[in-house]
Amino acid sequence: MISHSFRIAWKDLMELFRNRMGLVLLILMPIFMMTMVGFIYPSETSLNSVPIALVNEDAGFGDYSLSSTFIMTLNSINDNTGMMTLTNASNLDAVREMIQTGDAEGGIIISSDFTSNIMSGKQGTITIVTDESNPQMSAMIQAVLGQVFEQMGTMLAQQNVQGLGVDPNTSLAVVKPYNVQATGAVEGEFSYFDFIAPGIMAMTVMMSVMTGLPAAISQEREVGTLDGMMVAPINRLAVILGKTLAQMARGILQGVLILVLAVTLFGVTVHGNILLVFALLLLGVFSFVGLGVVLTSFAKDQETAVMMMTTIMFPMMFLSGVFFPIEQMPWFMQSISKVLPLTYVADALRKVMVLGADIPALTTELSVLITFGVIMTAIAVPVFKRAMTR
Amino acid sequence: MIEVRDLTKKFNGFTAVDHVTFDVKNSEVFGLLGPNGAGKTTIIRMLSTLTRPTEGTAAIGGYDIVKQDNKVRQLIGLVSEKMIMYDRLTAEENLRFFGKLYNIQKNLLNQRIDELLELVQLSKWKDSKVGTFSTGMRQRMNVIRALLNMPKVLFLDEPTLGLDPQSTVEVREFIKKINRENKTTIILTTHMMNEADRLCDRIGIIDHGKISTLDTSTNLKKLVSGNDATVLKLEIPNLTTKMVTAIQALDCVKSVSQENASHIKIHATGDEAFNTIIDAVRAEKAKINSAENLQPTLEDVFLHITGREVRDKADNKIPMREHGPFRSKRRVR
Repeated sequence: MISHSFRIAWKDLMELFRNRMGLVLLILMPIFMMTMVGFIYPSETSLNSVPIALVNEDAGFGDYSLSSTFIMTLNSINDNTGMMTLTNASNLDAVREMIQTGDAEGGIIISSDFTSNIMSGKQGTITIVTDESNPQMSAMIQAVLGQVFEQMGTMLAQQNVQGLGVDPNTSLAVVKPYNVQATGAVEGEFSYFDFIAPGIMAMTVMMSVMTGLPAAISQEREVGTLDGMMVAPINRLAVILGKTLAQMARGILQGVLILVLAVTLFGVTVHGNILLVFALLLLGVFSFVGLGVVLTSFAKDQETAVMMMTTIMFPMMFLSGVFFPIEQMPWFMQSISKVLPLTYVADALRKVMVLGADIPALTTELSVLITFGVIMTAIAVPVFKRAMTR
Repeated sequence: MIEVRDLTKKFNGFTAVDHVTFDVKNSEVFGLLGPNGAGKTTIIRMLSTLTRPTEGTAAIGGYDIVKQDNKVRQLIGLVSEKMIMYDRLTAEENLRFFGKLYNIQKNLLNQRIDELLELVQLSKWKDSKVGTFSTGMRQRMNVIRALLNMPKVLFLDEPTLGLDPQSTVEVREFIKKINRENKTTIILTTHMMNEADRLCDRIGIIDHGKISTLDTSTNLKKLVSGNDATVLKLEIPNLTTKMVTAIQALDCVKSVSQENASHIKIHATGDEAFNTIIDAVRAEKAKINSAENLQPTLEDVFLHITGREVRDKADNKIPMREHGPFRSKRRVR
């Protein structure tokens, strides 16, 4: 049975490698996936020359204007980071218009009583105008500007308390007694890529097997070649095993490609054991393949098979925490997510690749995947055997 | 060699094969003749262990097709209506792949592949991809693929379907040769009368999933109208209605059909029928260009038995999608 499986797998791979177009697509898919997901999701460091409208309505306080100092500081910070391109605008309405036309992504408005308020011991107000049609971007701008203003506020406060006779060395502690610092479980800098790369790897391998297997079997059934195998004195399971091996090889190839891309192009570092990463992918395939086989058995033709797989794959992609953290989903989605094997594969891979976790730290994920795999296989084998001799 | 008892297959309440019983002797060529959708393919699929029967049993070489399916598989070869070939693999790779599934020893397999390719004159295309082959070449490949394991029983499902006349003749000759030289028992299905007539020792006529008649081609033809039947075809350039009426008036004549302006076909009985008819038309001043004394064909037999022509295919009882190029996969699975 094993040698027949390898024969069938080898034949499938030979067919795959003779299909130039298919091969090109096979390689392009992970590249697209990685580049698109990776570059589209913005991170703070990736903000670059965002057009921001600046309105200075400040009337000043006598000859004195704090707003110009503020703008100078803003400019000097911006010169270092290159995050924004500042354009002057006359008032709030003008800013709104600019956002509507797309000339600006957001705006900063310094109120008319900015200086006078501060000079008279009140708070100076600065309004940030955001583009609601682009929530991701507006959240980002808000966060970045918030930080800038905080810094500037602190600087100003420091000057003020120094004026009150506080030692310059302790002035910072006076205005800002808490220093909050964030640190990760592992040393180093992390980006969104570190979060999604393991997930995308898991997803691509699963998708390969899940869509590839039913498509491959129902295609052979439609063309008639499946009969050629079924009429030979081989174990029925050798067919499914061989096909799975071939699809797995295809999936792992894509997985490796993603890993290489992630490491070379997107600066992802693998902190854990690379062999464990592949072992997890294989375990993931094992947990999935039963489901694929069951669906194959039910699908009448290739078209139905592919449609069924897509229907299942799509929610799985979004619910398994590959792109978005599970924690940000509503409770009912979270409970669906908890029964999807992909969730556990992605989670385990993330733990290994990002946190450098080892097997003992993965007990939950491993046991869930193994249980899921065993149950699905137990269902799939008799169903497939029956379906083959209908 | 093959014993079939009350073999039945139902698909969702539709009975494709209905209590079929027959035996096939060793090294016999047995034909299943019937229109598309009559249940021929389903019988073949059940016998070749691809489909499980709903009822009844069958044994090949003494092995039960359900309980001892792997034993049966060792003995049989299948030439399906669909090509069992991978287009992206070469002729040799295809044969090697399927050969390996039969656990044939490497050296023996290589030798057999070469022999089989030589047999159908495909040796020089050994390393070409099957996808580039013509339909005739593909069908020859399809046949030799089924011979890799030297089967005792070979199933051929519509082996000449869609082939040009030359390839059809080649494939038929090849089938005869396999039967003659290897003593292979052959079961073939066809909807073509002349094919069954030329190839088969015995023919089972199948319609609506039942075998209505089973006999040798010669005996089947006798069935039509007994031994003294005459089918006469005359070509009379100056054919008139009066001549036709005169022929119809004769006692020995059963029916006259006019095929075109100068040709008529006459079914008659009696030893002297031929001469009586000729005399009658000569008396009407007919100028006879040619006269053919035809043997009844299997076409006539089918018409006689089922009351329909084969071209009618099946009837309304079976949904349209069961026919022709749009045939549903449900039936063939």
